[in-house]
Amino acid sequence: MNILSIKNLHATVDGKEILKGIDLEIGAGEIHAIMGPNGSGKSTLSYTLAGREGYEVTQGEVLYKGQDLLALLPEERAQAGIFLAFQYPVEIPGVPTVTFLKQAMNSVRKARGEKELDAFEFKKLMDARLKELNIVNDMVRRPLNAGFSGGEKKRMEVLQMALLAPTLAILDETDSGLDIDAMKVVAEGVNALRGADRSMLVITHYQRLLDYIVPDHVHVLAGGRIVRSGDKSLALELEEKGYADIATAAA
Amino acid sequence: MTTTRDNGLLADHTNLAAALPGAGAPWLDALRADGAKRFAGLGLPTRKDEAWKYTDLSALARSRFAPCCGAAPAPRSPEIPAPLVADGPQAVFINGRFDAELSTLGGAPEGVTALPLAQAMTQEPKLLESYLGRVAELGRKPLVALNTAWLADGFVLHLAGGVTLTRPIELVFWGDACAGDDRSAWHPRHLIVLDPSARATVVERHIGRPGGHFANSVTEIAVAAGAALRHYRMQDEPGDAAHIATTEVVLSAGAAYEGFVLSTGAALARNQIAVTLQGEGATASVNGAYMGRASQITDTTTLIDHAAPGCTSSQTYKGVLDERSRGVFQGRIVVRKDAQKSDGHQSNRAILLSDRAEIDAKPELEIYADDVKCGHGATAGELDDDALFYLRARGIPEHEARGLLIDAFIDGAIGEITHETVREAFRQRAEAWRQGGAA
Amino acid sequence: MAIAQATIDSVGEATDKYKYGFVTEIEMDRAPRGLSEDTVRFISAKKGEPEWLLEWRLKAYRHWLTMTEPTWAKVGYPPIDYQDSYYYSAPKSDADRPKSLDEIDPKLLETYEKLGISLKEQEFLAGVRNVAIDAVFDSVSVATTFKDRLEKDGIIFCSISEAVKKHPELVKKYIGSVVPYSDNFFATLNSAVFTDGSFCYIPKGVRCPMELSTYFRINASETGQFERTLIIADEGSYVSYLEGCTAPQRDENQLHAAVVELIALDDAEIKYSTVQNWYPGDEEGKGGIYNFVTKRGVCEKRAKISWTQVETGSAITWKYPSCILKGDDSVGEFFSIAITNNRQQADTGTKMLHIGKNTRSRIIAKGISAGRSQSTYRGQVRINAMAQGARNYTQCDSLLIGDKCGAHTVPYIESKNRSARVEHEATTSKVSDDQLFYCRQRGIPQEDALTLIVNGFCREVLQELPMEFAVEAQKLVGISLEGSVG
Repeated sequence: MNILSIKNLHATVDGKEILKGIDLEIGAGEIHAIMGPNGSGKSTLSYTLAGREGYEVTQGEVLYKGQDLLALLPEERAQAGIFLAFQYPVEIPGVPTVTFLKQAMNSVRKARGEKELDAFEFKKLMDARLKELNIVNDMVRRPLNAGFSGGEKKRMEVLQMALLAPTLAILDETDSGLDIDAMKVVAEGVNALRGADRSMLVITHYQRLLDYIVPDHVHVLAGGRIVRSGDKSLALELEEKGYADIATAAA
Repeated sequence: MTTTRDNGLLADHTNLAAALPGAGAPWLDALRADGAKRFAGLGLPTRKDEAWKYTDLSALARSRFAPCCGAAPAPRSPEIPAPLVADGPQAVFINGRFDAELSTLGGAPEGVTALPLAQAMTQEPKLLESYLGRVAELGRKPLVALNTAWLADGFVLHLAGGVTLTRPIELVFWGDACAGDDRSAWHPRHLIVLDPSARATVVERHIGRPGGHFANSVTEIAVAAGAALRHYRMQDEPGDAAHIATTEVVLSAGAAYEGFVLSTGAALARNQIAVTLQGEGATASVNGAYMGRASQITDTTTLIDHAAPGCTSSQTYKGVLDERSRGVFQGRIVVRKDAQKSDGHQSNRAILLSDRAEIDAKPELEIYADDVKCGHGATAGELDDDALFYLRARGIPEHEARGLLIDAFIDGAIGEITHETVREAFRQRAEAWRQGGAA
Repeated sequence: MAIAQATIDSVGEATDKYKYGFVTEIEMDRAPRGLSEDTVRFISAKKGEPEWLLEWRLKAYRHWLTMTEPTWAKVGYPPIDYQDSYYYSAPKSDADRPKSLDEIDPKLLETYEKLGISLKEQEFLAGVRNVAIDAVFDSVSVATTFKDRLEKDGIIFCSISEAVKKHPELVKKYIGSVVPYSDNFFATLNSAVFTDGSFCYIPKGVRCPMELSTYFRINASETGQFERTLIIADEGSYVSYLEGCTAPQRDENQLHAAVVELIALDDAEIKYSTVQNWYPGDEEGKGGIYNFVTKRGVCEKRAKISWTQVETGSAITWKYPSCILKGDDSVGEFFSIAITNNRQQADTGTKMLHIGKNTRSRIIAKGISAGRSQSTYRGQVRINAMAQGARNYTQCDSLLIGDKCGAHTVPYIESKNRSARVEHEATTSKVSDDQLFYCRQRGIPQEDALTLIVNGFCREVLQELPMEFAVEAQKLVGISLEGSVG
C-alpha cells in the first residue's frame, strides 16, 4: 500500500478551481518532486494536503496510509505524520521557539499514545538534533521565526521536521528566497532525514534544488493537472526547455 | 451645554430667516427652524463636552455678535490671490456671500453644476433638498445646527456620472468684518455631490483682514460609487478670527476621498472631518498639517467610520507649535460590527518649538469587527537634536538648519497631497509660515 | 472551523471553568443592610477606630452624597442600588481577632487551601514559596503570615485595621494623601465604608526579603467589598507586592470598590502586581463582580512604581492604576493584560502624570476580547510644563477573537514641555489565521494553539510578573479563553 494516494483531486480557493484533477501515488521512502510554473497550483496542493481552511476539495480523494486524509483536522494530519515545510514560515512574536517545539512535540506524542517529554528529556533530544543540523542554540531561545533571516527560517523548518519525524514531508518551495549556500545547508539537512520509512514531496519552481535533493520521480504540474511524469532527467529537460514547451506539448 | 447666554448668534432668527434666500420653500424653512431650535437648546459646546475637552469656546460664547444680516459687504476692497492653477475657475466669497464680480467661474462643462448656494436654491432645489442636512445630520452638533439655522450661501458642485473635472475648482473665502463693536459671524454651507465615477478636485483658501470674525462653515459631500474627490483646504484666516469648519463625507462603494487641511491661521481654528465609508471598498485618505504661534489654538477632530467591509482609511497629520500656541488632535477610527477586512491607520506627530507651546492628542480606536488591521501612532517632542547637530556640523547656521528640519517634518504630511500643483503651493505656504516667525 | 462560528457554538463552556466559584458556609457578623451615617459609624465602632478616622469617613460620606456616578467609561450596567447591599460582613468566629494562626477558623484555612493559598507558615518555611500573605475574607483581614520574620527588618505588614491601632501616626499621615477622600465617586464611597485591607511599611534602605501578598476573597452574598491598601516604601527601600482576588459564583452582582495608595519616597521602588480573577458572571452576563478600583502611587525623587496587572475576572472592570511622578528622575510603569470573554466589560488603563524633571514612564497594555465582551484601554499621559526631559513610551495592542466582541483604545496625550518626548502606538487585529494554521500543522490542537499565541502576544507583560505568578497567569490566560474557539 502506498503512503499517499491522490485520485482525481479537485480543489477551489475563493470559489476558483485551482486543482483540476490531480493523480499521484507516493510509496514508502520515495522522493517525488513536483515542478511547475507560478500559478500552476503547487502551493494549493501542499495546503490542501495539510488541511488549510479555505482550500476546498470539490472532487476526488486522498488516502494516507489507506485512510481518508481529507476527513482529518490539520492537527490530526500532523499528528498522523504529515509535515509541511512552509514556503513562508510564520512568525509568532513572544512565543519562544523552544516552548513551541516542546508543545508541538508533546501534542504529537500525546496523540500517538506516547509519553510526553519533560523539559529535561526534551532538551536532550533537541540538543542532539541541533547538533546534527549544526544550528546554534541561540536560535531556539528567540521568539519563533520572529526576525529570523530567510535561511534561518528554513533551517528551523528542517529542525522541526527532524523533531517530529514525519512519515510524509511536504517541502513547499523550500529553496525560495535562499542563496545557493543557504540552500545547500537546508538540502543537507533534508538529505540527512531521508530514510526508508520517510516519503517526501518536494515542490519547487527551479531545478537547482533537485541537484541537492535528488528525487526518485519528477512530475510537472501545469494548469492544476500533472501534465508529465518521469525520472530525475525530466527536471533537467525542464531546465533546458522551460515550462512553456512542456506544458503545451502535453496539452 | 444650554448655558450659553444670548450673545447674538441666534438673534432675531425668526424674522431674519424669512428674508434669507430661498425662504418660503417649506423644506428649507423647516430645516432652518430645526437648526435654530437645536442650537437654542444646545448652545455653544463647553469643555464639559468630551468632544470639546481640549478646545475652549468660552471666549466666543462671551463675545457679542452682530445680528446675522443679509449680505455683508466688505468695507475695504478685498485682495484676492490668483488661482493656484493658472486660469483655473475661482469662486470668491466675501464674508460668506458669493461675489459674482470677483469670481471667474466661466461656463460649466457638460454634466457639471457649479454655482453659489443662494442661486442653487432657485435653480437646483431638488438637489439641495435631497442632500442638505442629510449628509451632515443635525443630531447633537451645535455648530452644524447654528450653520443650518442661517444657511444662505456657499458653493454647490454637482458632477453627473462619469464626468471628470480636469482643473481644480478653487473657492476663496475672504473675511473682512463689518465695522462696529460687535463681532460678525457667517455660516457658509457647501454641497459637493459626485455621481458614479465622476472625478473632481476642489481647493479652498480662507483668508482676510483682522476684524474678529467667526466663520462657521459646513460642507456636505456625497461621493457615489467609483467616484473620487480631492479636497484641499488652506486655512490662513487673520490672527483674530475664529474658524470652525465641519466637513462631513459619505462614500459609496469603491468611492475615494482625499482631503488635506493646512491650518496656519485664526486665533481659534477647528477642523472637524467626519468620513463615513458607507460602501464596500471605499477609501479615505484624510491628512493635514497644523502650524501655530502666538496664542493660536488649532484643533483637528476627525472621525473615520468604517461602516462597510473592505474599506481602507489612512490619516497622516503633522503639527508644529511655537510660542504659546496649542495644538489639539482628536482622531477616532470606528469599525462597525460587520465591517470586516477594514484597514484603518492614523498618525499624528507634533513638534513643540517653544517652552510654552502645548499639544493635546486623543487618538481613538473603536472596533467591533475582528478581521481588521487598525492602528494609530502619536508622538510629541522637539526637533531631532542629532539631525540639527549634523546639519550644523556641515556648516548650516542653526536657524536655517531648524528651518530645513521643520520643512522636512511638515512635508511628511504635505507629501500626501496627490495633486502636484496644489502640493507645491501648500508646501510654499508652510515654508512661508515657518519663515514668518523666529523658529 | 472558523473562529467566529466556534465562538458561538461553545461560548457557554467558559464559565463552567471558573474554579473558584464555591461558597464557604460560615457564620457572619453583618452591619444592617444599606448605607447611612449610621453604617459608617457602625463600621468605625466595630473596628474601634479613633475619632479622627471616623470624622474622615463621615466627611467622605457627606461628600459622596453630593457626587454622581461617573458615566464616561465604556461600560454599561443597570443602576446600582447602594441601599440594597451590606457594607460590613465579618466571620463571627473572628469577632475578637485571633492571636495566632492556630486560632483561625479551620473553615477559613480550608477555603484558602482550596484557592491554592496556604496560610500555614511552616509550609512556606519548608520552601514552597517565599511569600508573606495577608488574607482578607469579605470585610476583614483574617490572617497575616510571616509577621515576626518581617518585623526583624522593621517591616510592618498587617491589616489596615491593625495598623490604625498600632501605627496611627503612619496611617494618619498617609491615608488619603495619594487618593484624597473626595477623589472620585467610588474612591469616596470607599473612604466612607472601607473595612479592611493591607498595610505595609518598608523602612529606610530595607529591601523586603520576600514577596508580600494580599489575597482577597469575597464570600458573603449581597455584600460589597471595600478594602483599602496603603503601602509606604521609605527612602531607598524596595518591596514587591502581589494581590489576588476570587469570589464565589453567584447570580447577583457584587460591588468591589477598593482603593490602593502607594507612596515611594526618594530612591524607593514598589512593584505592585495584581492577578484579578473575581467571578466574571455567566455566559449571559448574569452575576459577577463590579470592580471599580482606584489605584494610585506617588513617586518622590528617583523613586519607581511599577504596576503589573492581569485582569481576567469581573463582570465589569473599571480601574486605572496610576503614577504621579512628582520627584525628579522618578519612573512609572504600567504593564497590563486584560482578557474579556462572554459578556464581560473592561475599561482599564493608566495615568502617568509627569511633574518632575527627567521623569520616565512606560505603558504596555495588551487587551484580548472574545465572546461578546467589550474591552477598552483608557489612558492618560500628561507632561506638565516643568517636566524637562520627560519621556513616555506607550504601546497598546488589542486582539479580537470572534466577530461579536469589541476592542477600543482611548488614550489622552498631553504635553506642555518642549523637551519631553512622548510616543504612543496602538494596534488592533485578530489572531492571525496563518499563525493558527502553522501551529496546528505542527500537531498542536486549535485551542492550545490559541493559548500559545495569546501568551506570546502578552509575553512582555507576563515577564514583569514575579516568576511563580507568571506561570499561574499563563494558565489563567488559557482558562479565560476556554470556549472562545472550537
